[in-house]
Amino acid sequence: MILINEGDTLIIESGYYDFEDGLSLDVDGVTVVGRGMGETILDFKNQQSGAQGFLVTSDGVTLKDFAILDAKGDALKVIGAKGISMINLRTEWTGGPKSTNGAYGFYPVESEDVLIDGCVAIGASDAGIYVGQSKNIIVRNSIAQYNVAGIEIENSYYADVYDNLASHNTGGILIFDLPDLPQQGGHHIRVFDNKSINNDTDNFAPEGNIVGEVPRGTGIIIMANSDVEVFNNLMSGNGTVNLSIVSYSDETDDPNYYPHPRGIQVHNNTYGPSGFDPDVGTGDLAKALFEISDGNMPDIFWDGVVPMSQMLFGQPKDEKLVMVEGEEVSFLTISPIKYMLGISSPIRTDKNEFKGVINPLEPINIEGI
Amino acid sequence: MKKIFSSLLVLYMCTNLHGVNNDLILSDTFPNKLSEFNFFIDTSAQVPHDKVVPYELISTLFSDYSYKQRWVYVPTNQKASYYNERSVFNFPIGSALIKTFYYPIDERDPSQGMNLLETRLLLRKENGWEAVSYAWNDEQNEAYKKIAGKTINVSWTNFLGEEEDVRYRVPNVNQCKECHASDDKITPIGPKARNINKDFKYEEGEFNQLDYWMTKQIIDSYQLELVSPVDWSDESQNINDRVRSYLDVNCGHCHSPTGNANSTGLYLHLDETRDIHLGIYKKPVATGRGSGGLKYSIVPGKPEESILLHRMISLDPGVMMPESGRALSHQEAVEMVREWILLLKE
Repeated sequence: MILINEGDTLIIESGYYDFEDGLSLDVDGVTVVGRGMGETILDFKNQQSGAQGFLVTSDGVTLKDFAILDAKGDALKVIGAKGISMINLRTEWTGGPKSTNGAYGFYPVESEDVLIDGCVAIGASDAGIYVGQSKNIIVRNSIAQYNVAGIEIENSYYADVYDNLASHNTGGILIFDLPDLPQQGGHHIRVFDNKSINNDTDNFAPEGNIVGEVPRGTGIIIMANSDVEVFNNLMSGNGTVNLSIVSYSDETDDPNYYPHPRGIQVHNNTYGPSGFDPDVGTGDLAKALFEISDGNMPDIFWDGVVPMSQMLFGQPKDEKLVMVEGEEVSFLTISPIKYMLGISSPIRTDKNEFKGVINPLEPINIEGI
Repeated sequence: MKKIFSSLLVLYMCTNLHGVNNDLILSDTFPNKLSEFNFFIDTSAQVPHDKVVPYELISTLFSDYSYKQRWVYVPTNQKASYYNERSVFNFPIGSALIKTFYYPIDERDPSQGMNLLETRLLLRKENGWEAVSYAWNDEQNEAYKKIAGKTINVSWTNFLGEEEDVRYRVPNVNQCKECHASDDKITPIGPKARNINKDFKYEEGEFNQLDYWMTKQIIDSYQLELVSPVDWSDESQNINDRVRSYLDVNCGHCHSPTGNANSTGLYLHLDETRDIHLGIYKKPVATGRGSGGLKYSIVPGKPEESILLHRMISLDPGVMMPESGRALSHQEAVEMVREWILLLKE
């Protein structure tokens, strides 16, 4: 793969390929194609060097139809690529969910024009499919199971996440933004037509990682992003809560970081049973929600935290949470002013207060796809 | 017969007099054998051509306790220009940086000779730097191009008389880039003015390397302004300076705003001054099990709770740092960083 020429296609025939060292690709325009995610298996259980199974650092690469198993670190990492397509690939840790599994299955970072299509991610101790600090992203038709986070979009701009199945993870789909990073201010993310169901695996992330805070049984979490549209999804069987919208709650001195979600639109989703087995032992979210709701866990939770000025004078219209959901969908948020003053119950459950007109976000377009 | 022999001798001397093969440095392809570059008058004894100047760095990268010899080559009538003390010299097209990795057979007795592993080259071509490594043969008289890297199982006797073994990895071309990429272009790491500001024993005597490089017209000028590294192993130096110098050369090439690990927000180059980016109470971002269940890169006063130290100690490919080029733990540096974190105040 090192000697391959720009634009070449490398075909990996069916079979088990055992590696002691990580693979890397640094040639532009290359296609690496196997004979199917069940046929062409790149096995790293005997890996002795390399921080990931497969590393891509070049542009315009397509990877298709193979599997990466039991990498010591991340399975497939892509750094700084302009144009990366991952199609019908599988990343898996075959020993089930364990904290000794690698962090990420699919891990494009600082990349542009990222396509993840028809992929399968199993057993990652952080996120099965993780897109970090990237732009222009499509994640679709993929399956994420038995990971801590099924699909995670972090510190990224312009992403469509649709037609995916996230099940039996700790949390199904996470849209996060974190401080002190080169790219932050995650925004313009559409999450639609996904199934985030039965996320019932205990959190097995090594402590210290942000996903270690995610309670078992979370459908979708949006943290500190702007302009996120969540629609037509099925969220069900999530023992803690189907949908959470929260602020980044740790201290940070980063002056360029905005810790609160804003411009979140939620509509036309289907909500099945949730909240029946809240994971109060992991992080603060489930415990706080359980206490506030007195055990009546809602389908949708918003922590209600906004900057002080907005507590006093209200939120700008385009930053407000907008929800258009069925009558039966339950909701809970907290009025921080009331909470602090303690004069009356800070709990608000009437989602009609948040009804409004949906302003659909533009779909993501990746040239040539 | 005698005539043929003497003309062969003349031919031999001429090729040597021609010295370094500039065309090969600039060529689109790398030659198969290291000797073809003519960097050395005697390749196996590593005796350099006189335009090929040896140098040392103040603080060096740990590579599994291997020893390193470094040389710089700048074409005749050209000079590397000084940019600033934080940056490597701007070497002219046709320059080469040469680094041979080896283990002595017995660290206690240099006369037993050494085991040459590989010679890495950074060649300044028309379009920028390119990296390649040559692995030495068993006969130790030639090194051959290894684009895809190589594993060498090697052992040596250490200062204590103990036998050490290592699964030494000659990096492949992509791995060269892992460390040597800055803003996605290959760049040297070592030869910054501040890194070579030390004395070196040349054949002509002992001189400061920067002065010597001026005399030899390798560089056009230099200045030393703000921060300087120290030799991390020099215990007479301040421990903070030692650790920062060590982290700079071992981690800072990736962990800087322009390096390969910039997405982590952990910056360990010498010029970083912000606590959070140095790792003080910095949470991991995409560390996964690399965190070892710890919450912060560095917890002042608590080395055993600091991810940075955990990853320096680990030998697990999914945890250890640096990601490449290390199969052993650097005990002395681990102890130094442990002490440093212990002394850090909240």
